[in-house]
Amino acid sequence: MAEGTYPAGLRYHHEHDWVRTEGDEAVFGITWYAQDALGEIVYYDPPEPGTAIAKDSAYGELESVKAVSDIYAPASGEVVAVNQDVMDRPELVNEDPYGAGWLIRVRLSDPAELDALMDVDAYQAYLAGLDG
Amino acid sequence: MSTYTSLTDADRQAMLEAIGVNEFDDLLTAIPDSLRMDRPLDLPPGMPEQEVEAHLRALAGRNTSTDDEICFLGAGMYDHYVPALIDSILARSEFLTPYTPYQPEISQGGLQLMFEYQTAISELTGLPVSNASLYEGPSALASAGYLAKLANGRPELVVSAGVHPHSRATLETMAVGYGTSVVEVALAGAATDAEALAEAIGPQTSAVFVQQPNFLGAVEDLDAVVAAARSHRALVVCACDALTLGVLRAPGDHGVDIAVGEGQQLGNRLDFGGPSFGFFAATEEHIRRMPGRIAGETTDVDGRRGWVLTLQTREQHIRRERATHNICTAQVLNALAGVIYLSWLGRRGIVELGELMLRRTDYARERLTALPGVRALHEQPVVREFAIELNAPVAEVIERCAAEGINAGYALGHDYPQHPDGLLVAITERRSRADIDRLVDVLGRAVAALRGEPAAAGAAR
Amino acid sequence: MTAPAQTAQQRERATTIFEKSVPGRRAFVAPELDVPEKPVGDLLPASARRAEPPRLPEVAEPEIVRHYNRMSKRNFDLDTGFYPLGSCTMKHNPKLHERLAAMPGNARLHPAQAPARSQGALELMYNLERALSEVSGLPHVSLQPSAGSHGELAGVLLARAYHDDRGDTARTKVLTPDTAHGTNPATVTMAGYEVVKVETSADGGVDIDDLRGKADESVAALMLTNPNTLGLFDRNIDEITRIVDACGAISYYDGANLNAIMGITRPGDMGFDVVHFNLHKSFTQPHGGGGPGAGPIAVSDRLEPFLPVPVIARHEAGDGGPTFDLDEDRPKSIGRLRGFQGNYGVFVRSYAYICSLGAEGLREASEVAVLNANYLMARLRETAGQHLPVAFDRACGHEFVLSGAPMKRELGVRTLDLAKRMLDYGYHPPTVYFPLLVDEALLIEPTETETRETLDGFAEAIGEILREAAHDPDALLNAPYTTPVRRLDEAAAARSPVVRQPLSG
Repeated sequence: MAEGTYPAGLRYHHEHDWVRTEGDEAVFGITWYAQDALGEIVYYDPPEPGTAIAKDSAYGELESVKAVSDIYAPASGEVVAVNQDVMDRPELVNEDPYGAGWLIRVRLSDPAELDALMDVDAYQAYLAGLDG
Repeated sequence: MSTYTSLTDADRQAMLEAIGVNEFDDLLTAIPDSLRMDRPLDLPPGMPEQEVEAHLRALAGRNTSTDDEICFLGAGMYDHYVPALIDSILARSEFLTPYTPYQPEISQGGLQLMFEYQTAISELTGLPVSNASLYEGPSALASAGYLAKLANGRPELVVSAGVHPHSRATLETMAVGYGTSVVEVALAGAATDAEALAEAIGPQTSAVFVQQPNFLGAVEDLDAVVAAARSHRALVVCACDALTLGVLRAPGDHGVDIAVGEGQQLGNRLDFGGPSFGFFAATEEHIRRMPGRIAGETTDVDGRRGWVLTLQTREQHIRRERATHNICTAQVLNALAGVIYLSWLGRRGIVELGELMLRRTDYARERLTALPGVRALHEQPVVREFAIELNAPVAEVIERCAAEGINAGYALGHDYPQHPDGLLVAITERRSRADIDRLVDVLGRAVAALRGEPAAAGAAR
Repeated sequence: MTAPAQTAQQRERATTIFEKSVPGRRAFVAPELDVPEKPVGDLLPASARRAEPPRLPEVAEPEIVRHYNRMSKRNFDLDTGFYPLGSCTMKHNPKLHERLAAMPGNARLHPAQAPARSQGALELMYNLERALSEVSGLPHVSLQPSAGSHGELAGVLLARAYHDDRGDTARTKVLTPDTAHGTNPATVTMAGYEVVKVETSADGGVDIDDLRGKADESVAALMLTNPNTLGLFDRNIDEITRIVDACGAISYYDGANLNAIMGITRPGDMGFDVVHFNLHKSFTQPHGGGGPGAGPIAVSDRLEPFLPVPVIARHEAGDGGPTFDLDEDRPKSIGRLRGFQGNYGVFVRSYAYICSLGAEGLREASEVAVLNANYLMARLRETAGQHLPVAFDRACGHEFVLSGAPMKRELGVRTLDLAKRMLDYGYHPPTVYFPLLVDEALLIEPTETETRETLDGFAEAIGEILREAAHDPDALLNAPYTTPVRRLDEAAAARSPVVRQPLSG
């Protein structure tokens, strides 16, 4: 993907993470912008299922050849699943950041936290501000 | 005097003009006047090359090298033969003068040698992952303590008193930094006390450290150590002597998690203690906690085989305060000597050399311990080094031997006060039967002459 | 641009020494067995014995020699070409030094040899200590650390020992500027402290207000490189060390950039308590493809009791001149950092260098290093300034930083691409993407070794490459073309690491 894509219907965090709600659970990942900035992703160090994670704090790491990036939780909750496919093929995050490249599934402890995140328009405006 | 520079006065003038300043001092304006030296450094004036050579030749001439005496000193570094092809290859500027291979396309020679080195160390130790070298043996051992902390975060390291005293001391120095305490387990005789070790290991134990053969030359029961550590899921770190691994079972085959050691034995000169290299190998599980550089195989855009520095996100230049170690410059040239040496020795040679050392060492031990006033400090199996106890002050025995051109070995009293007249004797392939017979003769006479005299206060080094 | 036909090196598939192994070949011939041939089983218990020999290569000497000589030709090296790798001080390695280090009295001296029979070595080390003390302006020296990073660890552990000794155990932080080498923060963590970053001001120095806000009684030390990694001498250095001292912390000088100041100014005079030297940089040591080096430290009086053991002691003898010994009996010492006395072979070379240069020569080396850097900066401003501006436009020390950000924006090529194209021009590229503070950074350190013609040639080559980029960016994006291998897939290497040769049989 040469051009950034930002699906509607996701909520976005200023550290370039997205969240998609599915019932009382949610799926987290990183945005096109984040994977582009990191470059070719070579390693994913996820949290253990069962771990409690807190909004705005790091829950794992993604590595490219020459960089390590913390991944920030856009909302609080408990990890219920980790994307094993990304552990085996970390490049999935580059290839399909919103689909096969999801990172963790979380049972949210306070779904209201999502209200404070950006929608797609706000996030794209935020990105435009960064580029300037 | 030479400063190894080329600029003429005309060059300087033209360069200052190009920069746009009048004089050199105009480039130093950021340095406060009060901090600029207003006098020359208080050092002797520079000398022409031939005078520097003469001065350092005179200094070197005041050292007694292994060319000047028959040397039975070991204690961690050994007088092995270094084949001439190592001198020849290491003198090549392409190996001698580049730096870390940050640009892999023009550093394939250096990267490939790291890969070959890693392969050789992995083969020797029976562990799948080797880095491309650390500084030297004792600090490599201490680095394993840091890996253990990263791996399990437990608060205590257990170390056998059979581990080299320098390694134990280095581990203690570094463990103060990373906040792990060190508990030492005494020897029973000359080998690690298995019961005391098992007792010392608990759920608080991060890693257990042993040496094979240990500092007194004794071959340890590694299986027992591994079993004791496993029962509390502590890591096992084994400091091993690479050159004995043709005859001794690989630490990885004993179930050891991390093997470290001094690389001097492998094709490096004594150099009064350095530079040499430290090796560091571990199980696959720890690959992302390894310290230092690692070379990995890959391909270029056209599909050619090549090598790069890999897993660099472990390292200080990327992970910074969360790096697996702070090391940057290691000992690549010395590791090159190591891999050339192992290629020269070869698959059969390392066994033949090991067996030769075993037999000559056994011969020396039998002959020496048959002398009146000399007994074996221990009866454990040994490979290249063994300990004896003298019924005479060891420091004076060593002096008497030195006067006859024999360096009899390493006095143990400083490191092992329970053996005030202990002597550690090393037999490399450079010590022939005739050399050993001479040691027996000279040491026998010295002991006979000094027998029964009380040990000198404070043992000699 | 189309790639030229393959070179002979490119056509040849690299093979390892293990792949050249053929059962039955050998180089080593063991000395004769001149003692009884006892069965090995009588000498070693079965549980400790190796069942199968390690699969080391089976090759004869000619093949080993050819293999490694051929491999060597796939390396770029300092003796052959310009190597302006910033912060690495790739200065000439005098050929005399190899001869001196190889003398039997040095190379074949056992490290446990009695001090009485290694007086020459101990005197050499003592003399080197005194010289390093004078260069740094700090009275006491330990040669023991094996590299800069090892010296850093020693220094921070000294700071810890100093505070602990005073019962001042509540300090938990070490300050490092955001421009610091990665070894600084990594060292801080290994020494059990927390890293606190200090910001850089607009002129490239330490942000004094930020420092003042962070320097309190929770701080154990400040680690600072000066000139810093931007090549800039900090104008406020006096005030920086005063602020650190006022909060009771130790000022640590990272000597990575000492080549800019030898004989000009001294860390001790700036108010630092401890400095490490990279002997392989300022005091010329062949870099060996990544070592060996050595990282001695010099310290102030208040840190002296804590120096690592052993230290070299000089005793005045009656008429026979001084004698030298190793002293391990130092109760407040942080202990050992490694085995034996340090990288002595490195000390021999650095001592010879200091003997050759003397006081004036060391200053001249630094002056020429600074002059060369400022000249190259000026020449690059002419040939490349439009796309590669100087990051901080003021007189530099022995190195300087360019930013490739405009090049990336205007020409669509990154610093990495520029570096790769330099390989085709026969240059080792500068350090790239460091310091992190500067976007698309190139850190350039020419050293005093280079002639004016070499610097001119480099500046012109960069200009030429930029013209090439303006005309045909692909020429850079696909570079290099002429190296033994072309761009390598580092991502594949990291995803599925192959870190040893798989062997069969």
